[in-house]
Amino acid sequence: MFGGCAQCICQVICRFCQTGDGRCHLFAFICVHLRLNVFSSMNHLVIAPVLVPLLTGIVLLLLRGLDLRWRRGLALVSVIGQIVLALLLTRAVADGTILVYALGHWPAPFGIVLAADRLAAWMLVTTAVLALFALAYACLGTDREGRHFHVLFQLQLFGLSGAFLTGDLFNLFVFFEVLLIASYGLLLHGGGRLRTRAGLHYVVINLAGSALFLIAAGIFYGVLGTLNLADLAVKVAAVRPENLPLVRAAGLLLFGVFALKAALVPLYLWLPAAYANTSAPVAALFAIMTKVGAYAILRVSTLVFGTGAGPAADLMADWLLPLALPTLALGMLGAAGSDRLRIQTAYLVLASVGTLLAAFGLGTAAGIGAGLWYLPHSCFAAAALFLLADLIARGRGDLADRLEPGPVMGRHWVLGVLFFLCAIAISGLPPLSGFIGKFLILRAALDPGLAAWVPRAVLAVVLVGGLLALMTLARGGSLLFYRATEQEFDPGAQTPPPSGAALGLVAGLLALGVAMTVWAGPLSDYTTAMARQLLQPSDYVQAVMGPNRTD
Amino acid sequence: MEALLSLIIGLLTACGIYLLLRARTFPVVLGLSLLSYAVNLFLFAMGRLAIGRAPIITPGAAGYTDPLPQALVLTAIVIGFAMTAFVIMLALKARAELGNDHVDGTHEPKKII
Repeated sequence: MFGGCAQCICQVICRFCQTGDGRCHLFAFICVHLRLNVFSSMNHLVIAPVLVPLLTGIVLLLLRGLDLRWRRGLALVSVIGQIVLALLLTRAVADGTILVYALGHWPAPFGIVLAADRLAAWMLVTTAVLALFALAYACLGTDREGRHFHVLFQLQLFGLSGAFLTGDLFNLFVFFEVLLIASYGLLLHGGGRLRTRAGLHYVVINLAGSALFLIAAGIFYGVLGTLNLADLAVKVAAVRPENLPLVRAAGLLLFGVFALKAALVPLYLWLPAAYANTSAPVAALFAIMTKVGAYAILRVSTLVFGTGAGPAADLMADWLLPLALPTLALGMLGAAGSDRLRIQTAYLVLASVGTLLAAFGLGTAAGIGAGLWYLPHSCFAAAALFLLADLIARGRGDLADRLEPGPVMGRHWVLGVLFFLCAIAISGLPPLSGFIGKFLILRAALDPGLAAWVPRAVLAVVLVGGLLALMTLARGGSLLFYRATEQEFDPGAQTPPPSGAALGLVAGLLALGVAMTVWAGPLSDYTTAMARQLLQPSDYVQAVMGPNRTD
Repeated sequence: MEALLSLIIGLLTACGIYLLLRARTFPVVLGLSLLSYAVNLFLFAMGRLAIGRAPIITPGAAGYTDPLPQALVLTAIVIGFAMTAFVIMLALKARAELGNDHVDGTHEPKKII
């Protein structure tokens, strides 16, 4: 519609200059060029989720002298806008179309493309919704503890959105770096001894991981001549036998980098300290950060190293399940052995990553679909528990979140109920979303087409892990709430009870879990359709590279 | 020439990893820098080494070097430069907060979290 209008206007104006000199031709050329580039058939909805947080971050940086309330308002409006954009994008790709956006109008594989399919839209919606709750909690006071919180938060969302939408491997590296450096700033926000030490470890290990990412990207370019993911899918399937070891090495190196980001065994040791010692809204947002690594593993392993990739097929898939199950086990054991609630929650995040990647490692549409259903549930439940742990820590003074009996907290009844609901959600008991997530994964593991050890191992580890999580959280709840002692009322030492807004945010995250349970049927059908789209990479390759390059 | 460059990249990587494992903040920063030098040289070499070929479109050029790895290396250098600046400031802050320059904040092995 816009293109037609612009062309119309151009023709009308051109008719006025009846002279046949060069000016009219130039104007006509500009009109045609404008119509092509600005009002072309490329859907700008694809790049909008990337641009909105970037522009908001820049504006917030320029306006850093503005009153904090205005900056908070702008940040919240921006995140609500990102939720709307993500939902619009979901509606646009829900029927299976893959929207491709060629930056600078350079066609793939020469230019960088953004590609939005169902998976990208799903990740964007999860990120935006989680970010709204984390940001709202931060506006209750955490954003005052240091400088530039809102700028870093928006740039973090910029990096996350770009990582989910990009279709180019080096562009993925750049967006990884953006989200990592924003996460360094957010993690260290507010300072403190433990936070600085955990932050130093986190920064150094991620810098080493970035170097490995570059090596892998370099090998892909040097051997195959391209960095576009769809083109890599085509070229890896047709790789010459003498280059196969290099391509496999690069693929596994890439898997190692993503495993580091996703905190897969044995590269998970940075996670408990980093997530436990940072501020609560940042820890809540970081629930999606490990899922970026899981997303990258899923994207590259199904697209580039899928079952149709010839000699390099199923490269990552062979390693995924054997590493995910120990991650789940170690996460649950770590949670059982921790002495502070925040460390326990960090280990439960680790366990949720293990469950997620075990579902992805099953490799079937049902398995991957179950994992994709489980992904938002685990983000919301972990975020809720991080925020709740912060509220509990503030209410107990010196004891903070140590799992020891202490004084009765302000509004302990509400906190106790919320903790009970979080525990049910995380350990996977009915009727909340954790149960449905685990049920979908276990049902997918019972597929008769899988190897014999898979259902036994998955059922054993997931069920025993769930039992361990249940016992751990029950013990924690009992120590924090049941055995809390009434102490003498001391007005000086009383900390203010948690505000209704903070409790409302935790309840909101749990309500999202309830909503996921109520609409579990339609959502799991949608995630299974998402998984089927992923397991058929030819659709993606055709959409990005054009219909005549599917060989 | 490829052998020499490969040897240098390998040597830089080895030195970088050795320094990275030194568990003191300043050697760690140096190790990360050496590792990033090695990786940037590696990326540049992915365009295949050539002597005397034109980098940008020139009339009468006998051939061109691959411009894409050069763009990749520029991006990597810029990102690495920002990250190095950040990690140096973080190392200084850790030195101030923890009292010494050990990456764990302590010389004795002890529970980290």
